[in-house]
Amino acid sequence: MTPREPGRTGTAVPAVPRQATGAEEHGDLGPGPVDVLLTVNGTLRRVTVEPRVSLLDALRERMGVTSPKKGCNQGACGACTVHVDGRRVLSCLTLAVSCQGREVTTVEGLADGDDLHPMQRAFAEEDAFQCGYCTPGQLMSAVALMEEGHTGDDAEIAEWMSGNLCRCAAYPNIRQAVRNVRDGAAAEGER
Amino acid sequence: MRPFAYTRAADVDTAIAEVARDSGSEYLAGGTTEVDMIRIGVARPRRVVDINDLPIAAIEDLPGGGLRLGGLARMSDVAAHPAVRERYPAVAESLEKGASAQLRNMATMGGNLMQRVRCSYFRDGDRACNKREPGSGCAAIHGVNRTHAVLGTSEHCIATHPSDVAVALTALDAVVRLRGPDGERTVAFDDFFLLPGDTPDREHPVGHGELITGIDLPDLPMARTSHYLKVRDRESYEFALTSCAAALRMDGDAVAEARIGLGGVATRPWRARRAEDILIGAPATAEAFARAAEAEMADAVPRSMNGFKIELAQRTMVRALTTVASRTGGGAA
Repeated sequence: MTPREPGRTGTAVPAVPRQATGAEEHGDLGPGPVDVLLTVNGTLRRVTVEPRVSLLDALRERMGVTSPKKGCNQGACGACTVHVDGRRVLSCLTLAVSCQGREVTTVEGLADGDDLHPMQRAFAEEDAFQCGYCTPGQLMSAVALMEEGHTGDDAEIAEWMSGNLCRCAAYPNIRQAVRNVRDGAAAEGER
Repeated sequence: MRPFAYTRAADVDTAIAEVARDSGSEYLAGGTTEVDMIRIGVARPRRVVDINDLPIAAIEDLPGGGLRLGGLARMSDVAAHPAVRERYPAVAESLEKGASAQLRNMATMGGNLMQRVRCSYFRDGDRACNKREPGSGCAAIHGVNRTHAVLGTSEHCIATHPSDVAVALTALDAVVRLRGPDGERTVAFDDFFLLPGDTPDREHPVGHGELITGIDLPDLPMARTSHYLKVRDRESYEFALTSCAAALRMDGDAVAEARIGLGGVATRPWRARRAEDILIGAPATAEAFARAAEAEMADAVPRSMNGFKIELAQRTMVRALTTVASRTGGGAA
């Protein structure tokens, strides 16, 4: 793996036109370090990484965005789940360089200032975690699940959340949190 | 993880030219196999060519009633597509029983067909594996082989083909569309997956630089009541121990035509032609399904830990066919 760099070395840069944020259309990048422009939680930031660096490592080790967790690093546990262009994906199997020009969202981007996302509030209210390590991935999956609409009953929620493992087995409380947000959204829609 | 260079291709021809001209270049689509394989040192590209921007992700009707699944269509998008769900439910069911929601959002249809086996000896660089290192032997044959294949094996490889959707696609006579430096060609599903024989390192008749641009499903009315049944150690997010994709066309109470694919038991997505032939003209009963299933598995070769798959595959076939018979309104199911 690439050497660990302490602290936050990704720097905020001003927005630039789309064509400059995409990968160069001609010529190779790397294998040495290359400048990559990533839009993370709405902010365009520059980070210097080799093409082999995963989005997970770029976020955690280079940009100080530490909510995505490295559980298995092979696409099995779901702790690294983030949204890319609004879809939930595994950041450990995604190359950072391939995310140029795409929107990356992590738990840090869910809250509006101190105002938590409804799913974050529901997780807190329902105690939907014990150690908390898998929680950012669970949250990003649960938020996506609401959009995808697979929240009909507990079996459906369990099936569509099965890519997020919880070794503390907080599953019943996670499902309860999802149900609360689902029912809250439905009540909101009726008003 | 070894270093590699990266380039993102903007159009199909450029992508193909970039990979074709360099034996050290490989395509990068969803990355769910490729990045994993690079990280564990099994894939060793000098450069990856990112094809995620190529305009071959659409799901489109074909003249004559078929459906084209773009090579870069994501598993989740194919599974959710109304035409797939209505006309080829076994395809949608098999996709939704594969991997997890996150992986299905990433993984492409072309990549699914090209995914590598999950045999732990293939993935472990210190163990003998003829697929990874031709001539080194097969550690699985006398190793931990509970999940390995019983059909289509050789003394050189018993790795199970891991795909779910490929089982449905093989049952429904899909066709793979390839484009390479020498132009386009199509390959029938039956010809796309090679048996290991004495060259288990060769899995597909795909030349370097050839790209899967699409998968064509034929117009097939009987597919509208098709079904995919997956049996595994846990209910979700696990590879199949056995699986069955099935479709039936009934003529009164008799089976006029059957399409059966098997997963989890073979070195390739397995088309159960022997069972299909036996069922023609037979009643759609559990007894008839069991006779066909028994014949299909007659040549199975069990190893030390996977003999249970022979019986389990037969039961899986019977149950899948029984479900299909009830969907078609025929049979005694």
